[in-house]
Amino acid sequence: MDTAVTERRPMLSQLGAIDCDVHPDAPGREDLLPYFDEYWREIVTTRDVDRLELTNFPTRTKPFFREDWKATDGKGVEKLRKNLLDPYGLKYAILNCVTAVHAIYDPYLATAVCRATNDWLKAEWLDRDPRLRASLVLPWQNPEAAVEEIERFADDKRFVQVLALCMGEMPLGRRIYWPIYEAAQRHGFALGVHAGSAYRHAPSQSGFLSYLAEDYVHQVQGFAAQVGSFVAEGVLGKFPDMKIVLIESGVSWLPGQMWRMSKDWRGARIEIPWVKEPPSALVRRQIRMTTQPFDAPRDPAELERIIEHLDADDMLLFSTDYPHAQFEGDAAIPAGFPERLLDRLVRDNALATYPRLED
Amino acid sequence: MDHAVLDKDTKVEAKLGIVDCDIHPAFGSPAELAKFLPVRWRDHLADYGQRSANPVVGTLPYPRMTPGNGMRRDAWPPNGGPPASDLAYLQEQLLDPLGIEYGILQPLAAGSSTLNQELGAAMCSAVNDWQLDKWTGPDPRLKASISVTQEDVPAALAEIEARIGDRSFAQIAIPPRTIEPAGRRRYWPIYEAAEHYDMPIGMHSAAYGQHANSGAGWLNFYIEEHYAFSHSLQSVVTSMVFEGVFERFPKLKLVVVEGGFAWAAPLMWRLDKQWERMRSEVPHVKRPPSEYIRENVWFTTQPIEEPENNRHLLDTLRWVGIDRLMFSTDYPHWDFDDPRYAFKVPLSPTERAQIFRDNAKNVYRLP
Repeated sequence: MDTAVTERRPMLSQLGAIDCDVHPDAPGREDLLPYFDEYWREIVTTRDVDRLELTNFPTRTKPFFREDWKATDGKGVEKLRKNLLDPYGLKYAILNCVTAVHAIYDPYLATAVCRATNDWLKAEWLDRDPRLRASLVLPWQNPEAAVEEIERFADDKRFVQVLALCMGEMPLGRRIYWPIYEAAQRHGFALGVHAGSAYRHAPSQSGFLSYLAEDYVHQVQGFAAQVGSFVAEGVLGKFPDMKIVLIESGVSWLPGQMWRMSKDWRGARIEIPWVKEPPSALVRRQIRMTTQPFDAPRDPAELERIIEHLDADDMLLFSTDYPHAQFEGDAAIPAGFPERLLDRLVRDNALATYPRLED
Repeated sequence: MDHAVLDKDTKVEAKLGIVDCDIHPAFGSPAELAKFLPVRWRDHLADYGQRSANPVVGTLPYPRMTPGNGMRRDAWPPNGGPPASDLAYLQEQLLDPLGIEYGILQPLAAGSSTLNQELGAAMCSAVNDWQLDKWTGPDPRLKASISVTQEDVPAALAEIEARIGDRSFAQIAIPPRTIEPAGRRRYWPIYEAAEHYDMPIGMHSAAYGQHANSGAGWLNFYIEEHYAFSHSLQSVVTSMVFEGVFERFPKLKLVVVEGGFAWAAPLMWRLDKQWERMRSEVPHVKRPPSEYIRENVWFTTQPIEEPENNRHLLDTLRWVGIDRLMFSTDYPHWDFDDPRYAFKVPLSPTERAQIFRDNAKNVYRLP
């Protein structure tokens, strides 16, 4: 293990870090039943809507999970406290519930499952520990209902973000989603885009891939496509107060894309005249990324080069991706991360990204 | 900001014979190709046209910004015809003034992506004849690509066998947007032949494909599509590594063309990490993915990434490896990289020689 990082551990626990990517146990039907009305309770029971697990982002794949965390006694919030909230001294942990709700085709069923999931998050997690915050899951299949869901939770500031998959039905910059962004911005929600595919489209331009390892590598392409979509469709200029957080996206791939898009923009801007600035400037101002995984080179000395390429000190948000296996021991902060940016990474940037998060 | 274009570098350049790994020859008129097609397919084309997964006929679904589907405005030959359809003008504008010692032709005639695969095979064969007749015969600086229909593997193998003896051909060309991931076993006979004959597989960014150009569905704008081309190349590299292609064919050479290269470093880091995490899923992949890439894969440089701070490119060059990079212009397309100005960072004479000439000479076995 990297000693420099181990030494940071006590410091981190004193900093009041905000962990921007924590996964609650994915709820199954039994968990959600109390939160459905009678009709939907009957439907999900009779029609076997139970294990809402994405094929692209499975919740039971052994190598995805940390054995030591798994072995801890307890479940739910209790287990989270023991493994993460207490030892890391977290000020807040933002829960991202990534399930197959985004892959359901029926827009009404998806809406019902989203509503139940959000109510479950509130009752089973947020109400049980004051450090917890969460992202709303939304039925992107049904933008009107998604807006209603944002309105339903507008007064509960513990929900700080709305969540989408990086590979869903359509690129997220499309106008059909703009009412969702209008509502999110109005109420101070950030837009979180999380790794995962609804398999509406193959993750690669050559179809579905043989191995889960390949699927995971391809999450980057999904994120990069969304960055391109947010830029080109004009979302970044249209909703300037809504930060977009790429969650579990990897980090090191973004500078290369910014360089290319800014270069192309100089030659192809007549296509998107509403984009008045180089894409890299728009991206730096409004796109944020969580730091696990980082996809850094093996040599920790190289990490600072990538930070310099990003050239945006407020862009990176601390995350553990709990309970996934992204790092060993306590090395949640990528090795070689510059000390001068530590406060920003663990706290300040998150506070600036999530207006609903109180300092 | 940093502007490290040095006069002394450009002078050195003029003396250095350059290998341009991406030149797009064009037909002066459709009749040029028809001449090499059997009557049956000539008639078929006249009656039915050439159907591809491109949703619109005769132009691109993401219209380009300049006439001719995204051509350099100064590349239209004075004697008529589209850009890069006139050998004399290609010599005058590209080969002679820029000191191109060799140029690799990358015909985009789309036989490989033709939906009627039998027609596609005939078109590939005709394009191969046409390259010899119009380009490599009259100017031996130009080297051809063996166009093949990768989805009809026996036809592809027949075409490779028919052309392999002619050293006018420098590579086997396959579009990266294959119907199945490029590493799948259905394509292995092509890789086996390529390794056997020591012919690189060249995969050039393709404007059409049969799957959406992002995992989130079809993108709306050219500026999005253009960057997504690099994703199809990333998928090729990923699939060939994880399916064990380089383990099975350790001498295979893969050249990925017209996707830039800055993405290659973070891709290698991510591949290695996922391989470590999920080795038990891919036990046939014996080594870290980056090791195969550093032995079997090369990247052409255009469209070169241009950081705001030029010197950031030096990190990218170090991470990807000077030995992996081969210069290309993409003539006559609008985002042409000029060898005099493309690299806005200082390179040592050795590094310059590697990128602009030596790596390609070795990969393509050019004299």
